Amino acid sequence: MEINRHIILLLVSAAVMLAAPFFITSKFYIDVLTLIFFTAYIGQSWNILGGYAGQFSFGGVMFFGTGAYTSSILLTTFGIPPIIGIVFAIIAGALLGFIVGFMSFRSGLKGSYFALITLAFAELLRVLANSVEFTGGGVGLFLTYAPGLKDLQFKTPTGFYYFALLLMLISIVIALWLERSRFGAQLVAIRENEEAAEALGINTLKCKIYAIMIMGAMGGAAGTFYAQKYLYLDPPIAYSIHLSVEMLLVTIVGGMGTVFGPLIGAFVLHIVNEIARHFIDTPGLSLIVYGVILIVIISYLPNGLIGLFRKRMKKSKPTALDRLISGDKDA
Amino acid sequence: MLSISLTMLPAAIINGLMYGAIYALVALGLTLIYGVLHIINFAHGAMLMLALYAAFFLFQLGQIDPYMSIFIVTPVAFVFGYLIYRYGIGVLSKGKDQNILLITLGLSIIIENSALFFFSGDQQTVSLSYGFEAFDLGFMYLSYPKVISFFAALLICALLWALMSLTDLGRAIRAVAKERQGARLVGINVEHIFAVTFGLGIACLGAAGCMMLPIFYVDPYTGNIFVLVAFTIVVLGGMGSVLGALLGGFIIGITESVGGLLLGESLGQIGISLIFILILIFKPTGLFGSKV
Repeated sequence: MEINRHIILLLVSAAVMLAAPFFITSKFYIDVLTLIFFTAYIGQSWNILGGYAGQFSFGGVMFFGTGAYTSSILLTTFGIPPIIGIVFAIIAGALLGFIVGFMSFRSGLKGSYFALITLAFAELLRVLANSVEFTGGGVGLFLTYAPGLKDLQFKTPTGFYYFALLLMLISIVIALWLERSRFGAQLVAIRENEEAAEALGINTLKCKIYAIMIMGAMGGAAGTFYAQKYLYLDPPIAYSIHLSVEMLLVTIVGGMGTVFGPLIGAFVLHIVNEIARHFIDTPGLSLIVYGVILIVIISYLPNGLIGLFRKRMKKSKPTALDRLISGDKDA
Repeated sequence: MLSISLTMLPAAIINGLMYGAIYALVALGLTLIYGVLHIINFAHGAMLMLALYAAFFLFQLGQIDPYMSIFIVTPVAFVFGYLIYRYGIGVLSKGKDQNILLITLGLSIIIENSALFFFSGDQQTVSLSYGFEAFDLGFMYLSYPKVISFFAALLICALLWALMSLTDLGRAIRAVAKERQGARLVGINVEHIFAVTFGLGIACLGAAGCMMLPIFYVDPYTGNIFVLVAFTIVVLGGMGSVLGALLGGFIIGITESVGGLLLGESLGQIGISLIFILILIFKPTGLFGSKV
């Protein structure tokens, strides 16, 4: 029953978003929507480990950067087209996820310590990328413009729009699968009470490592998308703390541990950003607003904007609709 | 190549010690807050950046020497820290570990970008009349500001230690750190002590900012550089340990300057994040900490 509602909602919204470029002629808005989908996608990758499994990372960007470098170096040095390179980017991201997950979770790091060690890993990779030669060092990597599916580049913004939309829809499907599967339930059990989960016979170490590997794989693909869209990569871009913050921000604002939280968060924050920029176009202002929103949400709406919806629904009558919107079984 | 590096090694170590004392002061604030409140202040770097700007504007607009600014910026930083904990972080976080981390993250975003908004992204430095004078140690020159900063940082560490171990306030802080319910029962105002401790931690930053200004630069992102440095020192020395913060500061200062000498400017930065990761994985209690 419930999965049917999810799928109907997903199909309807997918149809609307597929059709959108036929009605929106402005390249600017297509670009904004592309960025929203990209942010929602990368937010969803954070959500799997942070929202479902409760392990907050402050260095999520490391998977993005590693994926971006993987496919870009394969292209520039070995001439391997990005459509194959993205597969390697995904593998590299998952592998990095395994290494980081294995090292930190096996040592029992959690909470703030886990958040900080991911930050340190991202910083370590940034310094490495800056120092070794095959990444182009501080000069960076320039990719050539060669539109075509083989290179995952497109002549028009609409092409990238569909690319981002595809990534975002895949991430929603992954989240839906988590909601339904035993694995997803195990992650939630770890988030709620790790000792109890362990006592119930869940291999918490394995589950957490799987979760960070999924996050890594998703981040890797995001890196290839970014590199092929902007055709330039350097260490501060590839391992920027701002992207690490953005992916947790959209998820927390939308609602952690929910299917549609990252998408809602990405929409709201990008709209806030555009409005802020419309009035005062000074660097820093929209980020000040983001910081305030983060604090307000953490303090007053721990379930994010979706939680706001859900609470109101609950007050009137607990219907299936709130579950439909939040995509949360225990709503 | 290597022999040249080796002859420069003593100079690099002494330079590292000079910076290490200031790093220790930054880390001392962080570890004090952690030891008593059991929270991680992610906005620590951003608040240090504010202190640097405060010292910069006092010099630029008021012609006040940065080392004299210590007597202005430190008390102001204390009041700032007290208020921001008592009426901000403390109220908003509701005591959850990850909430505090995220709230202080939000705070650091706000502070950093407010600085960008008001002060622009340009790097600012001050040039002091005695900035280029130096002691000749035979094998190296050591500039006056570095030496002054070194001893001032040590002096402040000693003062903080005296405050913690010899005064009633220090006793109350230690009581709260050990057993907050018990402290409440004997009549200590725990919320007040929390805020005082947070204020003391930020006051350390105020002093550190003034000492750093003559030998460093300030821009809105300066704090980012020191966040990881401070966290590394704190986990290295052991969360909550004053002696650990001091030793950790020296170790990190030396690691940084020797690493820069042997591995080059770019790769040399790797030491800090590497130490951080290794310590967390293999000895999360640090050198002097009792437990995580």
